[in-house]
Amino acid sequence: MKPVATLTVWRGAPPQEGHYESYPVPFEPGQSVLDGLRHVRAHVDPTLALRYSCINANACKECMVLVDGKTVYGCTTRLEAREMRIEPLRNKDWVRDVVSEIAPPDERLPDHQSA
Amino acid sequence: MLQEMTRTLQTDVLVIGAGGAGMYAAIEAARRGAQVILADRGLIGRSGATVMAQMTVAAATAEPAADSVENHLADTLRAGRGLCEPELSKLLCEEGLACVREMDAWGVGWARQGEQFSPIMAPGHDRARCVYVDFLNTGPAVSRTLRTQVIRTPGVMRVGDLCLTDVVIEQGRCTGAVGLHLPSGDPIVVQAHAVVLACGGLTRLYARNSASANMGGDAYALALRAGARLIDMEFVQFFPIGHLAPRMIGMDPIMWDPFRYKLGGRLLNGKMEEFTHRYGAVDDGRYTITRDQATYAITKEVEAGRGSPHGGAWLSFAHCSPEQLKEAFGPVIGRLAKNGIDLTKTPIEVAPIAHYHMGGIAVDTAMSTGVPGLYAAGEAVGGANGANRLSGNAITEAFAFGRRAGASAAAYVANVANVASAASAASAASAASAASAASAASVANVAASASGAPEPSAAARALLGTLSPGSLAATVNTAAEIELLQQVMARHVGPFRTGQGLREGLAQIREIAARVRAAPAHRPQAFDPEWIDWLDLRTMTLVAEAVTLAAIERTESRGAHQREDYPGLDDTWLRHLQVRLPGTPAQLTLESIPVASKEAA
Repeated sequence: MKPVATLTVWRGAPPQEGHYESYPVPFEPGQSVLDGLRHVRAHVDPTLALRYSCINANACKECMVLVDGKTVYGCTTRLEAREMRIEPLRNKDWVRDVVSEIAPPDERLPDHQSA
Repeated sequence: MLQEMTRTLQTDVLVIGAGGAGMYAAIEAARRGAQVILADRGLIGRSGATVMAQMTVAAATAEPAADSVENHLADTLRAGRGLCEPELSKLLCEEGLACVREMDAWGVGWARQGEQFSPIMAPGHDRARCVYVDFLNTGPAVSRTLRTQVIRTPGVMRVGDLCLTDVVIEQGRCTGAVGLHLPSGDPIVVQAHAVVLACGGLTRLYARNSASANMGGDAYALALRAGARLIDMEFVQFFPIGHLAPRMIGMDPIMWDPFRYKLGGRLLNGKMEEFTHRYGAVDDGRYTITRDQATYAITKEVEAGRGSPHGGAWLSFAHCSPEQLKEAFGPVIGRLAKNGIDLTKTPIEVAPIAHYHMGGIAVDTAMSTGVPGLYAAGEAVGGANGANRLSGNAITEAFAFGRRAGASAAAYVANVANVASAASAASAASAASAASAASAASVANVAASASGAPEPSAAARALLGTLSPGSLAATVNTAAEIELLQQVMARHVGPFRTGQGLREGLAQIREIAARVRAAPAHRPQAFDPEWIDWLDLRTMTLVAEAVTLAAIERTESRGAHQREDYPGLDDTWLRHLQVRLPGTPAQLTLESIPVASKEAA
């Protein structure tokens, strides 16, 4: 049997409470955590919210998440053939799933209020 | 329901895209007195192609005896194989040089030897002409420098996470754009007298690409739907030595180019033999082979069963000592080691990867699209690089065209304001001719929006209908559809094409488009990935079709467009293919037009 990485991912959006959901993804050596999360979107659940722009170059710095409680870039953290817990950043406003509000305050839409 | 949540912003100039071209456009428009909103669907200065550029910037920075704009232009035109719009190419070389110097004054940190820049040689250039920032840091340094400059320039408001979906056209002129505010899911109207489309190219259409996730052709779709024209859409540049294996993280796949500039490096097939000479291109480890030649040689070698294990070629730096590597690439060698790569011991595998799009929005030298108030800049523009872009010209183009577009938009806005103050007089005289009637109508429109409250116009509200819930089948996985489209494009509309393959590709693109025609069934939520995918599919299927239609039509092989069923140049094809989207329902049309200079001559 092929090895599997199990991504246990924080799901939901405010004002609701979040919850964890687990997704087994096929493990190939060398993949990143971001690769695993993108696999979940394309093969299991496209409603999983992620943010990333450059995918692999570690240039955009958008894919910052908590992996097993540690702040990392999803694109530079290796996927491992075990359970890995993926959560949004704790020190930023939570937007949805593992996405948090990371834009600098003066680059957000002015007078923004969620409808 | 949509209207209640809709928020409206007002400005003089809206710049869409905050990469090199967009940031330069915003700076230039603002320092010429315009109020500017600089919008990006990601983070400002972090989200386009510029920040990912690890390579070089071509400009004739040497003293006049050693290089000139004319030399740079001659190389650019030669690489473009007859399809460059020479006036745009000239602007790239001239204005780009001025921008490279301005960037230096802003502290970008171009590599130097003593007082002078130390440009390096890159393929297709007749001399060392490409400035850079060590180590593999050109794009990040350029982005950071421009972002700092944007922040320092009064009059620019930066808005990230704003995905603009349509340009608003009223009485034949551009009056802003509408879109989706990603963090809230709210519809947004930006009222502006001028819009600059600076949101890059289309390489995300391909399975293997060096693009960011937001380069699915937004600028082209926005332009087409606004009534602007595209040219040369069939010319997609494949970067021959994109990283293939072993799997690397945290490194851009095009990173091997600077290594080759500095150290040469040998391309080898699966049997560890040099092979490019079999395809008429001697490389000798000095890296003189052009991008299209290398892409061709690697693809053919793989087809002949002589590829590397993962289906590419080997790239070897075994001729370099650890000291040479360390000197040339400093900390990057450590990053490679973390990925298990030691270049002194093992070669790496490379293969062609979609990298840049030569075609794009048709503009004049003011970067005007011909739709009043609508401008374009950067990779989004077609024409400057013809059928094949020279190494190092992309960032130069972003600078030059960004600065020019910003200047033009500011001048246009100033003119509009002057005309608006004389609105009543102009209205009275409006019956004189069709032309003056049209201008009076637009003047009245400008006057109303200048004085009125920020109420979305009927045209803007109609375009926001795109964000209304639809009937997308629950079984459709939007992320999977994007991957499928990327595979179709890679298989049938890649570097080597046949009529039959292209027609198959077209049919598959249209099948995907039909499956995702209806919008998601819910209204957009905060950071809604299905809606973001769906908007991307709306763009990507349209742009993929434009590329494929043009590739079918061009029955010759030129530069980056290689038809296996029509090998070789055919001089009756020294013309552009122009794409438009007229009619209701709108349909892509194709027309062959002359290269402008040839018509003028």
